[in-house]
Amino acid sequence: MNLRNLKARALRLRRRPGTPGVVPRTRLRPLDLLTEAHAGILQRPGRSALTALGTVLGVGTFVAILGLTATASSQIDARFNTLVATEVTIEDIGGDGAERIVNAFPDDAPSRLEKLHGVRHAGVYWHVDVTGGSTVTAAPVGDMAGGEEAPVVAATPGVLAAAGPTLSQGRVFDAFHQRRAEDVVVIGSGLADRLGITTLETRPAVFVGGTPLTVIGIVDDVARQEDLLLSVIVPSSTAEKYWGGPARGERAKMLVSTRLGAATQIAREAALALDPAHPDRFKSIPPPDPRTLRGNVSGDLNQLLLLLAGICLVIGTVGIANTTLVAVLERTAEIGVRRALGARARHITAQFLTESGALGALGGLVGTSLGTLTVVGVAVARDWTPVVHPATVAAAPLIGLATGLLAGLYPAWRASRIQPVEALRR
Amino acid sequence: MTASAPHPRTDAPDVLAAPELVMEFDEVALTYPGSPPVEALKPCHLAVERGDYLAVVGPSGSGKSTFLNIAGLLDVPTQGRYLLDGTDTTALREADRTALRGRRIGFVFQAFHLVPHRSAVENVTLSMLYAGTPRRERRERALEALHRVGLDHRADALPIRMSGGERQRVAIARALVARPSLLLCDELTGNLDSATAESVLTLLDELHRDGMTLLVITHDPVVAARAARRVTIRDGVLTEAETPAVHTAAGAR
Repeated sequence: MNLRNLKARALRLRRRPGTPGVVPRTRLRPLDLLTEAHAGILQRPGRSALTALGTVLGVGTFVAILGLTATASSQIDARFNTLVATEVTIEDIGGDGAERIVNAFPDDAPSRLEKLHGVRHAGVYWHVDVTGGSTVTAAPVGDMAGGEEAPVVAATPGVLAAAGPTLSQGRVFDAFHQRRAEDVVVIGSGLADRLGITTLETRPAVFVGGTPLTVIGIVDDVARQEDLLLSVIVPSSTAEKYWGGPARGERAKMLVSTRLGAATQIAREAALALDPAHPDRFKSIPPPDPRTLRGNVSGDLNQLLLLLAGICLVIGTVGIANTTLVAVLERTAEIGVRRALGARARHITAQFLTESGALGALGGLVGTSLGTLTVVGVAVARDWTPVVHPATVAAAPLIGLATGLLAGLYPAWRASRIQPVEALRR
Repeated sequence: MTASAPHPRTDAPDVLAAPELVMEFDEVALTYPGSPPVEALKPCHLAVERGDYLAVVGPSGSGKSTFLNIAGLLDVPTQGRYLLDGTDTTALREADRTALRGRRIGFVFQAFHLVPHRSAVENVTLSMLYAGTPRRERRERALEALHRVGLDHRADALPIRMSGGERQRVAIARALVARPSLLLCDELTGNLDSATAESVLTLLDELHRDGMTLLVITHDPVVAARAARRVTIRDGVLTEAETPAVHTAAGAR
């Protein structure tokens, strides 16, 4: 290649002094090229707009899809965060003395944790192994004596607070009931229906393994710890009074709700706060890192839609190629004139390539704007936060440019092959 | 750097240090391959001096177009040598031939071939685009050329808004602005009514008086009659009519 260039230059140099008539070769300066391409695009503005429409749609779809999936997946993350990212579970694993120590949580465990900055509510709970079976009945004898098997959960008031209950009737128990070990119970609405409890006006009682407990609240829903809905929840002091502490093999846990962003730190600090001497007796479970979740949520959907955008781009490319080819054939006479005026074949190629490239880039820009607007529009309609990656916005016009250049290759080549003799005959 | 040399007049040909013969056909012939091969132009001799006004006449299909294509460096003869301003064009590379065509030959076509959607002055400017004329000079020179053909008032008009005569004048201005050695006119009055044709021919006469070398290809005897020399092509054979008196007069300028 280099060798050939050198040889050609040597030939030219040798010929120039010998033949006085040879004139400097014609050229097309970059600025002139741009001016000509600009004029070429503007001489048929309607057609140019239609030509660019293909890239507008392709690039627009591309940006919209990338933006919408980014927006949607960030919304999934946000919902995930508010529920889970503020929840820390602490398990009692007992440490070295697991066999001896029934309950490693100190009595004031909830208040110890609630002193930590960032903790909203904290409570200890365990599943109670009721002596005489965990059958819950609405009456000791008679028609209502047929009971329901339901798990019994002993909980400090902090557990109910952290779970975020929605009550259909009554109230949850509080520090007063806990301190006095009152015979009260909170049950889920499903269990209440099955037990035939419709109102708390009559101060109904349930019998848990024969022990009567007054129902003071019926819970419709909880934000977390859904299994509480199916359980009979008693104050932990009451549970200890009748059935003792956590059963062997059924160790207590703590449910902690935190402020947003504090969970990871609380999980680190909790064990030390609970028992500075034996932090190894507890295992904190922080919320999962949302960043690792983000990728999996929408990966498959993303690929499918990107394929769709790719197809749009291909259609756009074919559209540009087609209209540019028509324009080349229509401008045959102009090409002939340019060749007669000294344009070389490569000048013609450059001009048509620049025109289609500029149209592609222009379409890409408009498409990027429309795509971004679509993302914003959808986000506003859905009350989401629009998310578009900056790289998407930066790359999209370049994709348009590449599309335009690719589409212009064949028409530009055809244009350069047009012989001036043929072009001027008409 | 012939084209960009400073010059007081746009339409004045470059006579300084140039050979007297503008174009010279030496045994030039063109045969299209095939079975049988078509001899579009049989071997011929022709010498055109600077300032000549030459008409090439002949019926259609006689080889006029072939002659025009060769003379305009749009086609290469299969035989013989064609010298333009003393340069043997047949030995040139395509790029050099293109450069020579752009810088030394001005074309005027029957169909005008103005670029649509571009104003008169832009069409004239196009001729300097590939020659490397500085951008600042182009418009000024284009306006000068339009002035030369009497179209000052139409400089910014689009071809679609112009009459045939005006379009042909723009085309002539476009051919002149590059200061060519040779003005090649192909049936330039073919699309014009007789009155307009007359005024365009008068313009050619003026250019001839100013020293421009003109080569007019036509089948119209009225057009051919204006020329100082007449060459006839019939069945690919080129013959010059005997008009020595006029030739001398033209040579005297």
